[in-house]
Amino acid sequence: MGTIADKDRERLKTIFEALIHPVHIIMFTQEFECEFCRMTRELLEEVTGLAEKISLEIFDFVNDKDQAQKYRIDKIPAILLIGDRDYGIRFFGMPGGYEFTTLIQDFLMVSRRDHGLPHEVVSTLSGIENPVHIQVMISPGCPYCAQAVHMAHRFAMAVSAITADMVETTEFPYLATKYNVQGVPKIIINEKHSVVGSMPEKEFAQEILKALQKS
Amino acid sequence: MEFPGFILNLPQTEAHKPDQGILYDLLIVGGGPAAMSAVIYAARKMLNCALITIDFGGLIRETSEIENYLGFQSIDARDLVARFEEHVRSFRIPVLTGAAVKEIRKQNGDFLLLTESGQQFSGKTVIFAAGEGHRQLLIPGSKEFVGRGISYCTTCDAPFFREKKVIIAGGGNSAFTTAIDLMRVHAEITMINFAEDWQADGTLQQRVKKYDRIQFLDHHEILRIEGSKSVESVVIKNRSTGQEVSIQVDGIFIEIGLVPNSGPVKNLAQLNRIGEVIIDCTCRTNIPGLFSAGDVTAIPHKQIIISAGDGAKAALSAYDYLIETAKI
Repeated sequence: MGTIADKDRERLKTIFEALIHPVHIIMFTQEFECEFCRMTRELLEEVTGLAEKISLEIFDFVNDKDQAQKYRIDKIPAILLIGDRDYGIRFFGMPGGYEFTTLIQDFLMVSRRDHGLPHEVVSTLSGIENPVHIQVMISPGCPYCAQAVHMAHRFAMAVSAITADMVETTEFPYLATKYNVQGVPKIIINEKHSVVGSMPEKEFAQEILKALQKS
Repeated sequence: MEFPGFILNLPQTEAHKPDQGILYDLLIVGGGPAAMSAVIYAARKMLNCALITIDFGGLIRETSEIENYLGFQSIDARDLVARFEEHVRSFRIPVLTGAAVKEIRKQNGDFLLLTESGQQFSGKTVIFAAGEGHRQLLIPGSKEFVGRGISYCTTCDAPFFREKKVIIAGGGNSAFTTAIDLMRVHAEITMINFAEDWQADGTLQQRVKKYDRIQFLDHHEILRIEGSKSVESVVIKNRSTGQEVSIQVDGIFIEIGLVPNSGPVKNLAQLNRIGEVIIDCTCRTNIPGLFSAGDVTAIPHKQIIISAGDGAKAALSAYDYLIETAKI
């Protein structure tokens, strides 16, 4: 028996018929896998096996230190989505619960090479030169978190200065403590600015601009 | 951590989006049981309809288990929403998600629907089923501490209050369902209800009252929420004696009721004093061609099964209206 339900596996096959360009997934785990690392790897092996256009490469966080540094990976399990470049899309922690939908939405987005954000929203951020690091702290039972993570990933794809991480707080409780997370989705931008809740594109862009003003 | 499973909340094939250049027979606004049920009945009548919503499921998604929907003794709320959505998607009608409706206007005998992002859609009829949002607690501290100890979504935030002290504000079904979610993380719970006694269903009350780390304070008012970086204490008043006490807590979950999302029709349809859309027994508003169903209406008892029934009724009424006015 696989990680995902038979019914969902069949649905995924149909969904993946819409893939256009190749999507390369990189996962970081380690030789002695944590429970969630193993589950994440098994999930990715199963899902990527359903579509020829999706490839999977697995690195060892300890033994492949140079790769971890190259992709700025500081914790595992970690997932990166690569299209025609590394967009800075990251998942830290297993994409379980509602985040599984986000993962699949991200596959489709990267395969289309289209973030789908309106031009007028992206243009407000076009002058950004300094790096912007967005962390979306989530819990798997949260119905609003998936939307916030996908939105952050859309901005990462649209603007090269932006990188966006999903951080699953129950797997990284020290980060929940560090950022005083008591409500999710909590969006932390450049460590200095935070906001709780999912929001539309325009407001999300405004929060990024607010964070840059604080930098 | 309780394993959450993998939720695949995507259609098999991307639904086509509603066309801004088409005059639809029926536009359905909302993504809860009323709107979804309306889609099924409208699609089976072969109406050219489109659905516009922020998301599917509405407030049901904030609940863990549903125990009072016909046919299911107990079902995970996410499963129920997924089944509803799958049923809706099977009709392959145009669906726009992620869209908040800003205003609905009458235009040349039809309706013009404007979204927050500037899109416009036209319909000969509209079913407005935008549901309700959380009633906010408006006391000192209640805004500053949202996300820093104050929560309106237990399924989202309960994991952060494992074995911590929490208050639940409210005495109805939502408050008691919240208690069940917090019992799972072994929180120490104080339930505070403004009214006397408790309004939740007896079965829910029985289940919660068996928990040994809970106390019940009815006829109490929460006066203010205090803390520095996050919630540290709550000051409450006994409404019988007038005595005020401060309780040290880590969090407060607010379930004090809901408010109708009737803003988009406030300048069009007749609302009651609390902002609910007034409808008759066939879901007609005072504006011909504008129908409403579900929690946004003045119909009592906000329940999934009642909303689903009214959604069906609204779609059939819209169909009758289109026939009677020779619009189809």
